[in-house]
Amino acid sequence: MCLAIPGKVEELFQQDGLKMAKINVGGIRKSVCLQYTPEAVPGDYVLIHVGFALSIINEAEAQRTYQSLQMTDDLKDFAALQDQVSNEIR
Amino acid sequence: MKYVDEFRDRKFAQALSGQIALAATQPWRIMEVCGGQTHTILQYGLEDLLPSTVQLLHGPGCPVCVTPLELINKAIAIAPVPDVILCSFGDMLRVPGSTGDLLQAKALGADVRIVYSPLEALNLARKHPDRRVVFFAVGFETTAPANAMAVYQAKRLGVSNFFLLCSHVTVPPVIAAILQAPNNQVQAFLGPGHVCSVMGTAEYEALCRNYRVPIVISGFEPTDLLEGILRCIQQLERGEARVENQYARAVITAGNEAAQAIVTEVFDVSDRIWRGLGSIPKSGYRLSYAFRQFDAEREFQVEAITTEESPLCISGQILRGLKKPSQCPAFGTQCTPEQPLGATMVSSEGTCATYYKFGKLPLKPVSERDTP
Repeated sequence: MCLAIPGKVEELFQQDGLKMAKINVGGIRKSVCLQYTPEAVPGDYVLIHVGFALSIINEAEAQRTYQSLQMTDDLKDFAALQDQVSNEIR
Repeated sequence: MKYVDEFRDRKFAQALSGQIALAATQPWRIMEVCGGQTHTILQYGLEDLLPSTVQLLHGPGCPVCVTPLELINKAIAIAPVPDVILCSFGDMLRVPGSTGDLLQAKALGADVRIVYSPLEALNLARKHPDRRVVFFAVGFETTAPANAMAVYQAKRLGVSNFFLLCSHVTVPPVIAAILQAPNNQVQAFLGPGHVCSVMGTAEYEALCRNYRVPIVISGFEPTDLLEGILRCIQQLERGEARVENQYARAVITAGNEAAQAIVTEVFDVSDRIWRGLGSIPKSGYRLSYAFRQFDAEREFQVEAITTEESPLCISGQILRGLKKPSQCPAFGTQCTPEQPLGATMVSSEGTCATYYKFGKLPLKPVSERDTP
């Protein structure tokens, strides 16, 4: 129910006094209300829930999370390498 | 899809799984709050990536599940009124009341419609000025801004045939209720990422302080949840109790202040009854006095309907993390998604329905199996 999905802002427009946008969600274009993220511009990714954008996805933070995942993965490879080395020494 | 696929990468999930196994030196019990998080955990089999010492408890964060039976009965009573169009999100229509559900009411001739957004419901009211359009509005803080905006717009545009049948609940009071229970099992929480994208983190800071419990606000993709679990365990092992924000790509400390402002204007905080849990003080929203003309309960004067829940159902204990669906004798037999007995089976995001969908059926001893 609290499902929210990321979509890319493509085109801004107004409707009944509300700030709206055409947003591309995995290839499908939807009309979404931008009243709660009025600073969003075409090219931004927003998090959409029941026809409303709730936040602009922060690219730098997404990158940071991804990089920390990569570091965890590298650590795993490093640990595996250490195991291998110590096995070879034994 | 950008911002989705990269957080479903199997190699990252396995790396986090290894980190969790290293970090957990003793048994820990962590509750994920949201139904959406429970769904990801079961869908991707994340519990299989955890050491046996780390147990996930599934929380009360499915608003469809906790909507009281009495209100579902009210919706079913309002739907057949001749000039009414009753609309809601798709998953509300299948929730059984005491006599049938809204889809059955539709089959019997009521004008019941599924909408994707509350603004669609408002547009229906503008398109049909001779009809009364009732939007059955359920949800947590994530959904409240959308429903609030529909009512706010109705007032601004002078739409007088639009009404909200409102069952809004909020997360922090139910977390407090779980923690206050003498038999509480939960030692840390994966916080509700999308709720916090609206509300920010301040309420969770207060819960951490008051109850000395770690809360890691987490996203909904597999690696988000595994990272949230890892950070919970790291805090528990160090004896810390802080709010951490794993979902920083969508959540900022202050939340969405524009959304909070409309919610505060349109709604008042009120006591709410949670299906399976009972009444929790100040745990939801009702329309404020200034917007009372849009209140469907005021417009339709539906008599208080007495309701009875099945005595077999243990959803109250499941919502508090005290029991798992497999510990319920009715699970998968007398209680299924087609014939649900209570809260956690009525919606696809309920813990029991999710277990049922992903095949977490209890293994039966040979003697109980159907033998030819």
